[in-house]
Amino acid sequence: MANDEILLDVKGLKTQFALEEGTVRAVDGVDFTVKRGKTLCVVGESGCGKSVTARAILGIVPSPGKVVDGQMLFYKEDENGSVRPIDLATLRPNGQEIRSIRGAEISMVFQEPMTSFSPVYKIGHQIREPILIHQQVSKAEAREIAIDMLRRCGLPRPERVFDQYPWELSGGMRQRAMIARALVCRPSLLIADEPTTALDVTTETQILELMKELQDELGMAILFITHDLGVVAEVAEEVIVMYLGKVVERADVISLFYEAKHPYTQALLRSIPTISKERRHRLDTIEGMVPDPYNVPSGCPFHPRCPAFMPGICDVIEPPIYALEKGHLARCHLYNEELVGNVMDEPASS
Amino acid sequence: MAEPNGNVILEVQDLKKHFPIKRGFLNKVVGQVKAVDGVSFQVPTGTTLGLVGESGCGKTTTSRCILRAISPTGGKVLFHDEKLGVVDVVTADKATLRQLRLNMQLIFQDPFSSLNPRMTLLDIVGEPLIINRVARGRAVEERVAELLARVGLRPEYMRRYPHAFSGGQRQRIGIARALALNPRLVVADEPVSALDVSIQAQTLNLLQDLQAEFNLSYIFVAHDLSVVQHISDNVAVMYVGRLVEYATNEELFFNPKHPYTEALLSSVRRPDPLSKRERIVLEGDVPDPSHPPTGCYFHPRCRYAKDICQSETPPLLEVSPGHMAACHFATELTLQGVG
Repeated sequence: MANDEILLDVKGLKTQFALEEGTVRAVDGVDFTVKRGKTLCVVGESGCGKSVTARAILGIVPSPGKVVDGQMLFYKEDENGSVRPIDLATLRPNGQEIRSIRGAEISMVFQEPMTSFSPVYKIGHQIREPILIHQQVSKAEAREIAIDMLRRCGLPRPERVFDQYPWELSGGMRQRAMIARALVCRPSLLIADEPTTALDVTTETQILELMKELQDELGMAILFITHDLGVVAEVAEEVIVMYLGKVVERADVISLFYEAKHPYTQALLRSIPTISKERRHRLDTIEGMVPDPYNVPSGCPFHPRCPAFMPGICDVIEPPIYALEKGHLARCHLYNEELVGNVMDEPASS
Repeated sequence: MAEPNGNVILEVQDLKKHFPIKRGFLNKVVGQVKAVDGVSFQVPTGTTLGLVGESGCGKTTTSRCILRAISPTGGKVLFHDEKLGVVDVVTADKATLRQLRLNMQLIFQDPFSSLNPRMTLLDIVGEPLIINRVARGRAVEERVAELLARVGLRPEYMRRYPHAFSGGQRQRIGIARALALNPRLVVADEPVSALDVSIQAQTLNLLQDLQAEFNLSYIFVAHDLSVVQHISDNVAVMYVGRLVEYATNEELFFNPKHPYTEALLSSVRRPDPLSKRERIVLEGDVPDPSHPPTGCYFHPRCRYAKDICQSETPPLLEVSPGHMAACHFATELTLQGVG
């Protein structure tokens, strides 16, 4: 897989939380790759492990969570342009090496712009901090860099914003400042964890446009975590769908929306209300709810809610990932010819 | 707006809620936040009114004023009660209000903070029955069991505490509580925005089923336009405390008359990567309601704004039958709906 295009290659990532009630396998063997300059979306409902995956990459999984297995190869470009992989999973979460990457090479935008800035420091102080840590520049130069980035992120009068406190800005402005902080060291990977969920639709439009512009300008890859399929359709190039700590489907964005393979993805797509003239129809729902993480169902974890449930197969055997055409992956027994025979409508080419 | 008639359950007329801004040692009032500033609409019996707008536009304040959870500064909220006749909620005395509240209930947004963690489901859902002396003793238990079953929860769970339930289940508990007194009007303030997609669909279906079964009228406050389009009969759009447009669902979504509505509709995201629609990116933020712009509040962000918009406030006028818009150019502009 040594390919110039690949920036981050995650293989078999497992993150577990050892709690009194039992071990929660928040991320249970996740594989994906992020390509340079591209956007990968991670979609799923709450508790599917999408945020924990993001935090595992940066080594900031909240205690008592631990990365217990897997590789996260980050292809870092050094000064003379050669690329060498660093396995982020083996780095100590507070060691030197991850600290030189976190905030500089890989940075993160959080969901809640209200709580992710410290209220007691000025915006400028908090944006300048990563520059002073990662670059050999004076405070005055750092101020210039910070103000320039604030301007690019569309904050009016950035010199004034630099000396304001986070609570003096509106939600949309604060999220812009958050993005400025994340991009100020020109990362090659930006992890955005539900960056627009707390915002109004019109502000969301502004922020998504801004992220697209900055991606074109700075060429970073984005790992975009969201539960909103409408946002996915707009920003993603590739999508992975997660359910209970596992990737159940991976595809490019068009295949995912037009030819979803996994019953979970299909059901998710059917359950969102869309604007249409024929109203008053009932929405299709996914029966039941996400099982509690201490008692993950046997076999395929989705089987108790699955409309295509095959007794004796789905509740017994855990489905592997099947490779279908065009790099489309689905974790579902429907794509196993031996098990299903000719029930399938499309042949699996593995 | 349609003429008052017997089939209307609620009429809101020129509703105002101003919050004073107090400063200094003597708490001098230095200004007013006009959170709701002259809102009028009607809710026909058995229908759903969707109330949309961005945060800070006054939609939640409006819904609270209707229930008189907070007292409005001015205006009328006329509730058509079967027994009491037409009652103004704003001026009603305590005893009348008590009667009225049997018929008007609220579903909250956050299913985690709106249920008391120290009360069992029986206490939570049964409390309105006991307070209003509708039932006592075993009758409460029977009614709670019936309600829980109706919203899709197992009646055996009534002695459990809210922490044992997921977000979607808690929202069902909130719905069961709102239904306990057989209300006629339910105000739902962002009832699904805290829920996951699959749970959101279940909850919306439940709300629709209950509406059909009990002939409920809903005021559905939300910011997600796809959800509002799915559930509403009529839609009111608010901007900085005022109503900018009011129309039937189909008119509003497919033939909008206010530039703000057009911009809102253009930011609706569709689950379709191939849909290439023009997005209207609104510059700047929603104005501060304590210092709103002159004239039309939307003019600094409006791409059709002309000189008149800066100086004169456009009234809410009927553009076509039943379709109201507050824009100087409502009849002249050709605006893009969704479609």
